[in-house]
Amino acid sequence: MFHLDGTTKRFAGRTALGPITLALPAGKTTVLIGPSGCGKSTLLRLLIGLIDPDSGAVRFDNMPVTSVTARAIRLRVGYVLQDGGLFPHLSARGNVALLVRHLGWPAPKVESRIAELAALARFPTDALDRYPQHLSGGQRQRVGLMRALMLDPDALLLDEPLGALDPLVRAELQDDLREIFRTLGKTVVLVTHDLGEAAFFADRIVLLKDGAIVQAGAPADLWHRPADPFVTRFIQAQRGPQIPAEAA
Amino acid sequence: MKRVALLLLLGLAGCSNRDPETPRVAIGAKKFTESYLLAEMGTSLSRRAGVEAERKDLGSTPTLWLALTQGDIDAYPEYTGTITRQILKDNPADLYAALAVHGIRMSKPFGFRNNYALGMRKDVSAGLGIAKISDLRRLPNLRFRFIDEFLDRPDGWPGLKLAYGLPQTDVKGMNHTLAYAGLVEKSLELTEVYTTDGEIAQHDLLVLEDDRGFFPAYEAVWLYRADLEARLPDVVAQLGRLEGKVTEREMQEMNNRVQVKKDKESDVAGEFLESKGMGRTKSTGDNLATRLGATTVEHLQLVIPSLLAAMLVSIPLGVFASRRLRFGQAVLATTGVLQTIPSLALLLFLMPLTKWLFGSGIGAPTAIAALFLYSLLPIVRNTYTGLTGIAPALRESAEALGLTRWAILWRVELPLAAPTILAGVKTAAVINIGTATLGGFIGAGGYGRPILRGIDKGDIPMMLEGAIPAALMAVVAEAAFGAVEKWIARRRG
Repeated sequence: MFHLDGTTKRFAGRTALGPITLALPAGKTTVLIGPSGCGKSTLLRLLIGLIDPDSGAVRFDNMPVTSVTARAIRLRVGYVLQDGGLFPHLSARGNVALLVRHLGWPAPKVESRIAELAALARFPTDALDRYPQHLSGGQRQRVGLMRALMLDPDALLLDEPLGALDPLVRAELQDDLREIFRTLGKTVVLVTHDLGEAAFFADRIVLLKDGAIVQAGAPADLWHRPADPFVTRFIQAQRGPQIPAEAA
Repeated sequence: MKRVALLLLLGLAGCSNRDPETPRVAIGAKKFTESYLLAEMGTSLSRRAGVEAERKDLGSTPTLWLALTQGDIDAYPEYTGTITRQILKDNPADLYAALAVHGIRMSKPFGFRNNYALGMRKDVSAGLGIAKISDLRRLPNLRFRFIDEFLDRPDGWPGLKLAYGLPQTDVKGMNHTLAYAGLVEKSLELTEVYTTDGEIAQHDLLVLEDDRGFFPAYEAVWLYRADLEARLPDVVAQLGRLEGKVTEREMQEMNNRVQVKKDKESDVAGEFLESKGMGRTKSTGDNLATRLGATTVEHLQLVIPSLLAAMLVSIPLGVFASRRLRFGQAVLATTGVLQTIPSLALLLFLMPLTKWLFGSGIGAPTAIAALFLYSLLPIVRNTYTGLTGIAPALRESAEALGLTRWAILWRVELPLAAPTILAGVKTAAVINIGTATLGGFIGAGGYGRPILRGIDKGDIPMMLEGAIPAALMAVVAEAAFGAVEKWIARRRG
């Protein structure tokens, strides 16, 4: 679905990403992971033309992503940011409907689509008229997801969607999200720095470091066949709870 | 909402429309009682020629001369000394011919002179041994207070100082009415007086002898446009009826009635015309409520169009400034500079421009143009601040959604910046209501008229008649915008 071909991106003269060659397969969930500043969010932004590459190409569905095509591509790709990226001047309903109202959908069609998505995202319909600051973090994220899915896009990009949530809400939303990804069968690209979360979602994990791919493959490959000592270090750095021994 | 605003505007504009069939003349008046009285007589006489006549209260000599030559007014009372020394800056053998070059004609004198002179309290001058102007050379420490115009005019202080070699340095500008009060209270020793001022007799002042004959004669005359003769000969004939009919004593008496007894100038002028058999003017039976209603409508006619026009220009300008940072700096700097131009200078500068644009250099268009310029800065600045203050993540979120640039601006950025923009509009509105009192300088009416007239006459109730409603209007505007802000904030939780 997405192809990067020798793509590089520099910020202030410093290479932030690439050169990278990577194909993100349709209908699969790919997780981009790596330490802060590794270029994973940059990669995600390149995919829908929020930033332009300095060299190399980005293609979506065999169409080059340029400033001319970017808008058409964005209408076919949903994008979810950390904390939802909701507009504070619009209610939950207003946020979800913003784009389709601009596109001129008739009101009944908008309403039935919102009802459908609220059920899918398990968002309470009586909270649709609340403004973002009166929603919980988890609810905001669900609204962000509904907004991204409004046009039934071919692909869904998520930039650290669960980063700001407490563990219980996070676990619940992880379950719901995976369920939704499986139901819809869309191409999903998710950015996270949490290995557990990556393994939970991924058909394929791409581990990045300093703007380059260290290893790409199934989650099991990273654990059992690390390509590099960094992969091992990265995996070991993510520690689970250490249960103190009970006093005898 | 928009429709209501539009209707309100149309309604306000409608109030000033008159029957276009009847010819109209405008008689200018300077900002002092005698000029008001003579202009008032001019309008009454013009009406007898079957035209609509209106008195236009304008600022000082340069404003009136400009308004007359560019056709905003048809005639105004002037003094021969002012014509030679200040307007023409020449002493031509044939004054009529010199004026004709400018398309202006001059009537025969009304019969009285209103000369410049210097006045002092009699006890003070006796104590210092002063009787004539040359005596002043011995006393360099005297405090002189003159109106600003006198300080500038070649036939005022600069020429006088030169002609007599006067050594005084404590010479400052002061309002004429206040200078009289200061003279009486001995907080100053000397001010310029006009020989027809009612106050000279009232305070029993000494008029110093002009022993070197510096001050020219100031014969009161009409200046009128040459084309008035062709267009409305009857009006010129009616105005001419004042020639040779007003004595110095009569003028002093009329000034005294307005200035000291606070009679209305239109009544005083009307009674004078009646006593000379030049017609009857019935006292306009207005009361406080109708006057307030009229000035309020006039004031709103200045404030609302200028504010709306400023919004129409400033918001797009602010948007553009937030996109192009260098352009933005230039816009903010320019609107900032506009803010510092003194209002009278701005009005004089705008007169030819509004004449060219709207066909009238005086009245509401000029005042609205000035208010428009003063309203730009707060709105541009707040639009700019509101837009540049939006979190980058929100802008990216809108872009990623697939909205067009216009849709992002219209549906996301402007609504997010709306509270800040609204605060700018509120600031502009409040400033605008206060500044609109400058309409009084340019014949645009509004609360400025009673304020300026009140200051001029030393008539405090009249001043308050403009000052209190202006303050109230500002408070109401502040509260109304505050309510809208609260409503928006509540909607957003």
